[in-house]
Amino acid sequence: MNTSVTSIKLVLLGEAAVGKSSIVLRFVSNDFSENKEPTIGAAFLTQRVNMGDHTIKFEIWDTAGQERFASLAPMYYRNAQAALVVYDITKPQSFIKARHWVKELHEQASKGIVIALVGNKLDLIEGGAERKVAREEAEKLATEEGLLFFETSAKTGDNVNEVFLGIGQKIPLKKPDEQSQGSSGLRINDDNRVDLAAGGPGSSNAGACNC
Amino acid sequence: MDENYDVIVLGTGLTECILSGLLSVDGKKVLHIDKQDHYGGESASVALSQLYAKFKQNPISKEEMETKFGRDRDWNVDLIPKFLMADGELTKILVHTDVTRYIDFKQVAGSYVYNKSKIYKVPANEMEAISSPLMGIFEKRRMKRFLEWIGDYKEDDIKTHQGLDLDKNTMDEVYYKFGLGNSTKDFIGHAMALWTNDEYLQQPARPTFERILLYLQSVARYGKSPYLYPLYGLGELPQGFARLSAIYGGTYMLNTPVEKVLYDDDGKFEGVVTKEGTAKAPIVIADPTYFPDKCKSTDHKVIRAICILNHPVPNTGNADSLQIIIPQSQVGRKNDIYVAVMSSSHNVASAGHYLAIVSTIIETDKPHVELEPAFKLLGPIEERFMGIAELFEPKESGSEDHVYLSKSYDASSHFESMTDDVKDIYFRVTGHPLVLKKRADIDAEQE
Repeated sequence: MNTSVTSIKLVLLGEAAVGKSSIVLRFVSNDFSENKEPTIGAAFLTQRVNMGDHTIKFEIWDTAGQERFASLAPMYYRNAQAALVVYDITKPQSFIKARHWVKELHEQASKGIVIALVGNKLDLIEGGAERKVAREEAEKLATEEGLLFFETSAKTGDNVNEVFLGIGQKIPLKKPDEQSQGSSGLRINDDNRVDLAAGGPGSSNAGACNC
Repeated sequence: MDENYDVIVLGTGLTECILSGLLSVDGKKVLHIDKQDHYGGESASVALSQLYAKFKQNPISKEEMETKFGRDRDWNVDLIPKFLMADGELTKILVHTDVTRYIDFKQVAGSYVYNKSKIYKVPANEMEAISSPLMGIFEKRRMKRFLEWIGDYKEDDIKTHQGLDLDKNTMDEVYYKFGLGNSTKDFIGHAMALWTNDEYLQQPARPTFERILLYLQSVARYGKSPYLYPLYGLGELPQGFARLSAIYGGTYMLNTPVEKVLYDDDGKFEGVVTKEGTAKAPIVIADPTYFPDKCKSTDHKVIRAICILNHPVPNTGNADSLQIIIPQSQVGRKNDIYVAVMSSSHNVASAGHYLAIVSTIIETDKPHVELEPAFKLLGPIEERFMGIAELFEPKESGSEDHVYLSKSYDASSHFESMTDDVKDIYFRVTGHPLVLKKRADIDAEQE
């Protein structure tokens, strides 16, 4: 495996129907689906991003709807190195929820996690709908909490790739020989780990692409 | 909220989460509820502060606790200790459902057996077997012939049976044929076949034969021991299967007590009422705590003592994880005592600390004294949490009222009896045996 590829676990958070999966679909497949059903089936997508001399492989975890009744498992946050906290700029309630998720991430996730606050559905404003979450208000939250901040449209693709590039630039990259330290939550290269699917002694699960 | 489902599942223990995941993958619409605010029920792994709150009347302050034992969040303590057999059914289910995507596993470094007040490593390969002091040279040869018989045995080739009939001969007769002595019988029956008592000796040999084969195949898979263990504790397992269920459309509601269970005029299950409203389904799957009236005691109680150590277990070569089996006959009991030891290497304790969970089936009215032989092996113990659990099982099969109940997690050291329960409930609920589909193939079509 190419040693300049870094795998990053990225989790999605945000109220139902703010466009979490649509942002990922735009990023991964450059596609958009107007009346998307709530997320079913796919919930482990990957996408590689070239960052000059190295490549970042995003392993993107969708909530699979478990956020709906406040039932996300701690496993979801475990070792996440990046998070998208998404809200709908026409829905103030979704911004309140975003504040809640940022707090939750600070409590539950690894210390060095890179969080991007994402106001989605810019296209609705351009289409004449009223903005209900001021850009300044969101910027203020981002500054206070040390978050990246973007406004996007999954529908038009506006600013979506920038979110992931921005995260890629902020992720602290470790040299390959330091990856085994694992203190920042980077996947550990550890020979004691077993790959159940592959079997056989000494096979390592770290960095294996099983998607 | 949605009103109608195919199946309602109550409790997020491992049995319930596996069933929920399998049924969702089958295309069933599943509503999964837990009265508690976290996943796992009895199969959760908890932080140290939660452990103090659960077991101690006057918990120490968080500051004092963290000074002594490190950061609270570094602890993931299992309430019920078990290991995965590397070649066992749970491993197969994990692989076939691809839940391995969410959980990392490591080997357990070794398995030890107690013999005449000392512990010895159970040999994991031929080299270790030759140098092991557990048996004399002649007994080793007899043991080798016994293991060769197991390895060569073919169901349809009667020559390989060496005159033994697995369904007619008792295990004791098999031992007799190979001339194996009492301490070797103990070793095979308890450290390899992992029986918790000696009832198997007078039973037909087949189940024991299969257990030994599973043990040998599990050791052969990764080398050090037959056991695997998930990073961050066993509590990751129910979470992983819950995620599988959710990905296939399962709805999750934690922190949602069941206010009322609805039945139709014939006494068949119809639905539940919770704070979110009424949810209906023709079938419910639940752990015993949701239907205490429909369960009975198995007359077995298990005592479990969770011990914190600040040193490795003596005489184990500083192993970061291990099992110790104390066969019943060695300490004048009817049931074995198990010790499961884990450490920071599996992310269940803070650096420098070890967790040793001692358990057995209670035989006297002084259960904590029954664990003494195990405590003596551990060296100084910093903190101890003890609890007693009564084991329950359903009174009925569920065919009448459509209430399908799981059994309590038993005293065995692995998940094989739990997966038997999963398969049994799956069969009763769906009417057909569980056939594992490979999820990777399903996904490939979607991505």
